[in-house]
Amino acid sequence: FDMACNSSGCESGGCYGREKENGCKVVDVKETVRLCVKCKSNEPMTFGDGGSDDGRFCAECFRSNVYGKFRLAVTSHAMITPSDNVLVAFSGGSSSRVALQFVHELQVKALKNYEASRDRSLPVFGVGVAFVDESAAYPSLSGGMSDAIELVRSTVLSLSPPEKDLHVVTIESVFGSESVEARDRLVKLLDSVSDETGKEDLLLHLKMLSLQKVASENGYNRLVVGSCTSRLASHVLTATVKGRGYSLSADIQHVDARWKVPIVLPLRDCVWQEITRLCHLDGFDSLKTVELARHPQSGINDLVSSFVALLQEENPSRECTIVRTAAKLTPFYFNKIPETDDSCVPMATQRRLKKFNLKYDGSMTTEAFCPICNGPLNGSDSSEDESDALYAACCSSCRFQILPQEPSSLDHFGSLLPHHMISQVKHHQKFDSQTYLREKIKDCLLLDDEEAV
Amino acid sequence: MEASEAKSKKQGASRLCCLCNQRRPVLKRPKTLQQICKDCFYEVFEEEIHQVIVKNGLFKAGERVAIGASGGKDSTVLAYVLSELNRRHSYGLDLFLLSIDEGITGYRDDSLETVKRNELQYGLPLQILSYKDLYGWTMDDIVKMIGLKNNCTFCGVFRRQALDRGAALLKVDKLVTGHNADDIAETVLLNILRGDIARLSRCTSITTGEDGPIPRCKPFKYTYEKEIVMYAYFKKLDYFSTECIYSPNAYRGFAREFIKDLERLRPRAILDIIKSGEDFRIATTTKMPEQGTCERCGYISSQKWCKACVLLDGLNRGLPKMGIGRARGGVNGDHKKETKKPASAARSLESKQCGSLDF
Repeated sequence: FDMACNSSGCESGGCYGREKENGCKVVDVKETVRLCVKCKSNEPMTFGDGGSDDGRFCAECFRSNVYGKFRLAVTSHAMITPSDNVLVAFSGGSSSRVALQFVHELQVKALKNYEASRDRSLPVFGVGVAFVDESAAYPSLSGGMSDAIELVRSTVLSLSPPEKDLHVVTIESVFGSESVEARDRLVKLLDSVSDETGKEDLLLHLKMLSLQKVASENGYNRLVVGSCTSRLASHVLTATVKGRGYSLSADIQHVDARWKVPIVLPLRDCVWQEITRLCHLDGFDSLKTVELARHPQSGINDLVSSFVALLQEENPSRECTIVRTAAKLTPFYFNKIPETDDSCVPMATQRRLKKFNLKYDGSMTTEAFCPICNGPLNGSDSSEDESDALYAACCSSCRFQILPQEPSSLDHFGSLLPHHMISQVKHHQKFDSQTYLREKIKDCLLLDDEEAV
Repeated sequence: MEASEAKSKKQGASRLCCLCNQRRPVLKRPKTLQQICKDCFYEVFEEEIHQVIVKNGLFKAGERVAIGASGGKDSTVLAYVLSELNRRHSYGLDLFLLSIDEGITGYRDDSLETVKRNELQYGLPLQILSYKDLYGWTMDDIVKMIGLKNNCTFCGVFRRQALDRGAALLKVDKLVTGHNADDIAETVLLNILRGDIARLSRCTSITTGEDGPIPRCKPFKYTYEKEIVMYAYFKKLDYFSTECIYSPNAYRGFAREFIKDLERLRPRAILDIIKSGEDFRIATTTKMPEQGTCERCGYISSQKWCKACVLLDGLNRGLPKMGIGRARGGVNGDHKKETKKPASAARSLESKQCGSLDF
């Protein structure tokens, strides 16, 4: 932006741009006329929410600041490229509303460029929206659910052209259908988790699974999630207190390509205060009634949220510091967009992706993952002696807070889990290195008898 | 599980200790919530510490070991348990008590009396070193000069050196401190909150400073503070319990409250935080500053003068701000940063509530 002077009483030599036409419009704190510190021409916006930086920027500059962060994240991490088909996870909450809005604006711009270009070489990426109905898990939500879905529908309709498909799925769809049986199974599954925090977390994992299902069944190759800095700060702390320090760095990057449909976090560098202010600015308040994301939290997740809120009061940049610290942890190989068949990706994009090393070679799968939370497993956690395959396959955190403590209940629990989770669990015999080695060299063995070795 | 055991477990307040099944339970174990009798508690408490010592190879037979003794509950229980385990399992250690007198009236002088009693009670030779003798300043003097801001910085830096000097005087091979699981969990959280990734990578190490003048280890790394208190209570051990009068940093208080609430919800969370700290993927390429010696006192230092000498110089010259924050000028010049204290970083003896200490 224009680097204008900040000192009072400056001579015209110190100013740039439009200031020269109007004479020196200086930002002098002593004067009563206050101006946006960025563009120096509009009146600053006051949100009156007691937050920091209030009354410094005008509405336009504020908006462009936030949008700028979004766009930078998208381009520098190759989140959305012209040939992509992007699904936006929309909960009705402020964060995902902003994500949806910004993705739409990006798409509109791309469409405009496409229509203006002569050779039409760069296609416009597709955008769809997914909403997960969790009323089977949180019965208190069922009352307002149909109204909520209507509101979601009308929101998506208003965001066209370009048109966007809306996919409304129930959380029990992870079991393959949306029937009463599926609903019952979900209830049974959740009831068999005795730890409150474990129950909440299991639901989060199921929600992600349902989003992945919608995305892959409908041809999307990117899942946009609206998690902002503040949400990630809480996640850093909850992961730490649950003993998930190893897998933490996988969860807080801009890109998470562990999944069949890679997840991208374009709002990762925006704080909650910016999100809510933007919603206020753009009149998204009506969706507060659809704040179904605010279903009751209890246990550890709730304790951490309160703690972070307390820290924020004491220092408004605490959330950023927390995420910045966690960002210094080493990410995983899958925290980049994976290399895929690039035949449909435009050359210009391919060149840029290669140049900035934004993709990874998908054949480098060296990590094992927990079947429930999909967290990368730390070598020291695994125990091959475990008699139960599910127990052996899970991370220590899921073992404690999600799996039933009684070994005899593990089989039944496993039968309640969605197929996708359980199919990864290998019901194998204890790894026999002799057999394994023998397999490799058997063509060179002269004697069949093992005793001869 | 036998039917009778299962039944008594389901009956909530079991009629028998769930470990020995013989005696009446008198307490709920903070770490596991098991209802057990006094003797079983002593046994698991002591045995777990023994296992930590063995599994982590903390000591070698014949070593001379100094116990940082403040008179507080952690160091008192540490001295008691360590001398007991030394006997029981024949560690072959020569144990000493090392106490630092910072010169805080109404606080340190009282707790020193406790340590002197410990010397007699446990039969461990005691060495006391004072800031007055080492540096010519007591904390009372320092606070009179600089007030209550940054006083913890002085205390921490001085104590670290004092412990090392005391250890050298006693000719010990190792120093042990009473830092417990709660302390370490707190420190992990604080380092995350403050953005200190370098300290985050070191703070869960059970032994630090192997490359420095004297290695230090924390046998209580996995021991809950509540259990230490419980042990001291039941064993009727003699200890002094008050916080340092020169006001602890309010910031650690946030983390401390949070951990207390967390423990109530899920006792194992304290150990989970430590586990996370151990498992964090942190690149081990953080360059350690080159170890030299202080020109003024000969102590280990990465700069021309060690931090203690810089601070002392400031005090003596009536410039107490020297060495605090990103002070420029002075002996160490413009390149002097906040001292990247080497891995042998001092931990305060007992009042780990202190704020700006290296942790």
